[in-house]
Amino acid sequence: MAEYSKKMVKVPTYSYLREQDADKLPVLDVRNLGIDFGGLTAVDSFNMTIGPTEISGLIGPNGAGKTTIFNLLTSVYQPTRGSILLGGIDTKGMSTHKVTRMGIARTFQNIRLFTDMTAKDNVKVGMHKDIKCSFISSLLRLPAYYKSEKAADKKAMELLEFMGLGDVADMKAGSLPYGVQRRLEIARALATNPSVLLLDEPAAGMNPSETAELTEQIRRIRDTFQIAIILIEHDMNLVMNVCEGIVVVNYGRIIAKGTPEQIKDDPAVIEAYLGKKEDA
Amino acid sequence: MKNTINSFWSNKARRTSFVTYAVVILAFIAVQVFDSMGMLSYAMRGQLIPICVYIVLAISLNLVVGISGELSLGHAGFMGVGAFVGAVASTALQSVIPDTSLRLVVAMVVGGIMAGIMGVVIGIPVLRLRGDYLAIVTLAFGEIIRNIANNLYVGKDEAGLHFALLNEDGLKMSETGKLIMAGPRGTVSVSAISTFMAGFVLIMITLFVVLNLVNSKEGRAIKAIRDNRIAAESVGINVMSFKLKAFVVSAVLAGAAGALYGLSMSNVSSVKFSFNTSIDILVFVVLGGMGNILGSVIAATVLTLLPELMRPLADYRMIMYAIVLIVVMLCTWSPKIKGFIQVVTDGVKGWFKKLFRGLFVKKEVGTNG
Amino acid sequence: MAVLQYLINGLSIGSIYAIIALGYTMVYGIAKMLNFAHGDVIMVGAYISYCVMIYLKMPPVAAILAAIVVCTVLGVLIEALAYRPLRGTSSLAVLITAIGVSYFLQNAAQLIWGVAQKTYSSVVAMESIHLFDGKLLITGEVIVTIITSAVVMVCLTLFTSKTRMGKAMRAVSEDRDAAQLMGINVNRTIAVTFAIGSALAAIAGVLLCSASPALKPTTGSMPGIRAFTAAVFGGIGSIPGAMLGGILLGVIEELCKGLISTQFSDAIVFGVLIVVLLVKPTGLMGKQVQEKV
Repeated sequence: MAEYSKKMVKVPTYSYLREQDADKLPVLDVRNLGIDFGGLTAVDSFNMTIGPTEISGLIGPNGAGKTTIFNLLTSVYQPTRGSILLGGIDTKGMSTHKVTRMGIARTFQNIRLFTDMTAKDNVKVGMHKDIKCSFISSLLRLPAYYKSEKAADKKAMELLEFMGLGDVADMKAGSLPYGVQRRLEIARALATNPSVLLLDEPAAGMNPSETAELTEQIRRIRDTFQIAIILIEHDMNLVMNVCEGIVVVNYGRIIAKGTPEQIKDDPAVIEAYLGKKEDA
Repeated sequence: MKNTINSFWSNKARRTSFVTYAVVILAFIAVQVFDSMGMLSYAMRGQLIPICVYIVLAISLNLVVGISGELSLGHAGFMGVGAFVGAVASTALQSVIPDTSLRLVVAMVVGGIMAGIMGVVIGIPVLRLRGDYLAIVTLAFGEIIRNIANNLYVGKDEAGLHFALLNEDGLKMSETGKLIMAGPRGTVSVSAISTFMAGFVLIMITLFVVLNLVNSKEGRAIKAIRDNRIAAESVGINVMSFKLKAFVVSAVLAGAAGALYGLSMSNVSSVKFSFNTSIDILVFVVLGGMGNILGSVIAATVLTLLPELMRPLADYRMIMYAIVLIVVMLCTWSPKIKGFIQVVTDGVKGWFKKLFRGLFVKKEVGTNG
Repeated sequence: MAVLQYLINGLSIGSIYAIIALGYTMVYGIAKMLNFAHGDVIMVGAYISYCVMIYLKMPPVAAILAAIVVCTVLGVLIEALAYRPLRGTSSLAVLITAIGVSYFLQNAAQLIWGVAQKTYSSVVAMESIHLFDGKLLITGEVIVTIITSAVVMVCLTLFTSKTRMGKAMRAVSEDRDAAQLMGINVNRTIAVTFAIGSALAAIAGVLLCSASPALKPTTGSMPGIRAFTAAVFGGIGSIPGAMLGGILLGVIEELCKGLISTQFSDAIVFGVLIVVLLVKPTGLMGKQVQEKV
């Protein structure tokens, strides 16, 4: 029998929202999330609350479980424990494409573009669910087909230009340089019209000037589309510059949470990155 | 006017479609002209309908293998379903629809629909598998379809159609009953009502369906799944549903082509729809180029005619066919051999350029001055 | 008693499938290609042994050795001429080339030996054993087949686990590039794999035709497809999987023929395969590879 009592205790599930989102509901609320792979706990007791216009960082040493968390958020893996509330709806048991349709979009650590298709077509694939045109009208080339294709073309070009990719629209995605491919992946993710954008190491392989440009772009994405962004990144400059809140994980658990300033000086974080300081 | 032409021509997908339709229509007209001039041999005329059938099969398989990226080794199974269902439907409707062309159309539609239903039944479990496992299961389904057809007996009398497995006695037909399918012997005494014209129309419909599908949002989704399944899922594409769409459309077209084939001769046995035929169709697709629809059309035509054209080689023709196949594959795919061919063609081109420059250099100067 | 009879017959035909399936699975594991011409190598092996016995009037042992030598050379030649130039390109291109090779072998056999079916005389000179008052018949061929397969399987397992070459083969099948960096000669390893696979095909050809003596240019294709199915059934790329898959497929086939229906044995065997793959999508003993995201 469970014992009932009136006493209140502090539970670690609810964290804070940024000031700008004070009057809004969190867009993503992750509670006590955990996953085991064959007895091995990869992620455990992961909590995170993201406001609708927040830029948040997820950092930690290699193998800390960051990408696994993204895979859980996008239903690539189903969690062993805990829940993910996307706009208040539990995504348990949903498939990846359904979760995406509910407003979560992502990029990949090892870029996953449709390499044989043009940059524009990559974005148009991202817009798939918003192109209103039935199977029959595209098969019979009814006016609805031309109308929807035209609208899609226009929006795809807008997105490409927004990401500074206007001049590579008709080039094959696979032939583009690395940094451009990363930005194209972001454009494709934005095309799904998300409310939360997950960026998995967006600056990996970029040179400093490209990274600086990316920092601006990330802010601009949030300001323009008014969406939440979570990014995994090893470039601390970028993270400290752009993120409003940071979550640090190691061995699948949260070891610190806070603003960039708080994280910078957190002993647990320093230890995770540099190892424990030996007492002399 | 010039502007519209330019903008039409600048769209690569539209250009490719246009060329494909144009080639098929011109080839059809050419055949009609040659035929009316009596330039087609009897053997050649006999190949016309099979060529149409194989073109449709190649295009439809290309939709699955080239566009959707799933290796299917059971395409002949769908062809078989179409052939037998078409033959039965046509015979059953003989008195209801006396007009042969209308009956042919109905038989092709029925054959296509039945093959499509089989496509759904097979596709739902099969498409969950990947790569070579998917290939072997499609092979298995193809063989199961053939095996069942091999033991199926269908007959018709006043009371309607009779079906039985394993032997003719199971049909329990009246005395006037007529056998349509006789197990291992396949269809018997079916009236051959297929025409080259019908084949041409079927090719045009197939091109229309496949090209429009490929150049639409569905086509983009299917190609996206082929290029990167995980990324496709991550942008909200239901992978299973689109793979299934491609698979079923392909099955319907193969079924219609099968009906055309089944009704082009009085007797077709189920051996025709075995693994070997599936492989032949796959060869058309790969040689024509994965995802290249016009390539499939040309490869199906040439390779169907090739054994016929090599008839003078008598006993050596099939072995020559095998050698041609291997050599073509090596020349088109091997990096080393491709490199060698490149060097040679570059050399020849350079030589020609030099020659032409020598011939035309004065003229160029003249126009500039 | 009838069931026992079917089981034994199934074990015998299954052992042959297993030997053929080993060839498929080893080549797949190491060269990552479906060698569709493998079934036709069986046919060549059978013809060679037939010729040595009938035309040269040599004893069966010489015939078997000749078949093994010819098939080994043939397998290595096919790999070097038709498959090696395509290594690293689309697997479909290699598949189609393999189909071309299969057509070539069949038609070459037809040119050399003719279309007409030849009656193979069994290489086994052993009396059949009658048990339980003749209710159970075990032919010499069945005994020899089962023993040969057992020996082949034991030898192959020892070879892959104990010898340098065997270890190299496993390394190449695991990760070709890494193996190359470790100083393993990949080309040679693949050539050896083809040699072993083709030698096994020769043995399978002799056993197959001893059990069912009809020999024609297409003799190899149906057992080839069956064995390929068996290899996938057991989990393609896995050597124990191919053995298990082959034997199970043979037993299921014979039981179907005996107990359910001869005419539908094909459909039932393939039906079982489909069900197994749907339940276990990488075959009975195949490795489940999680795609890394």
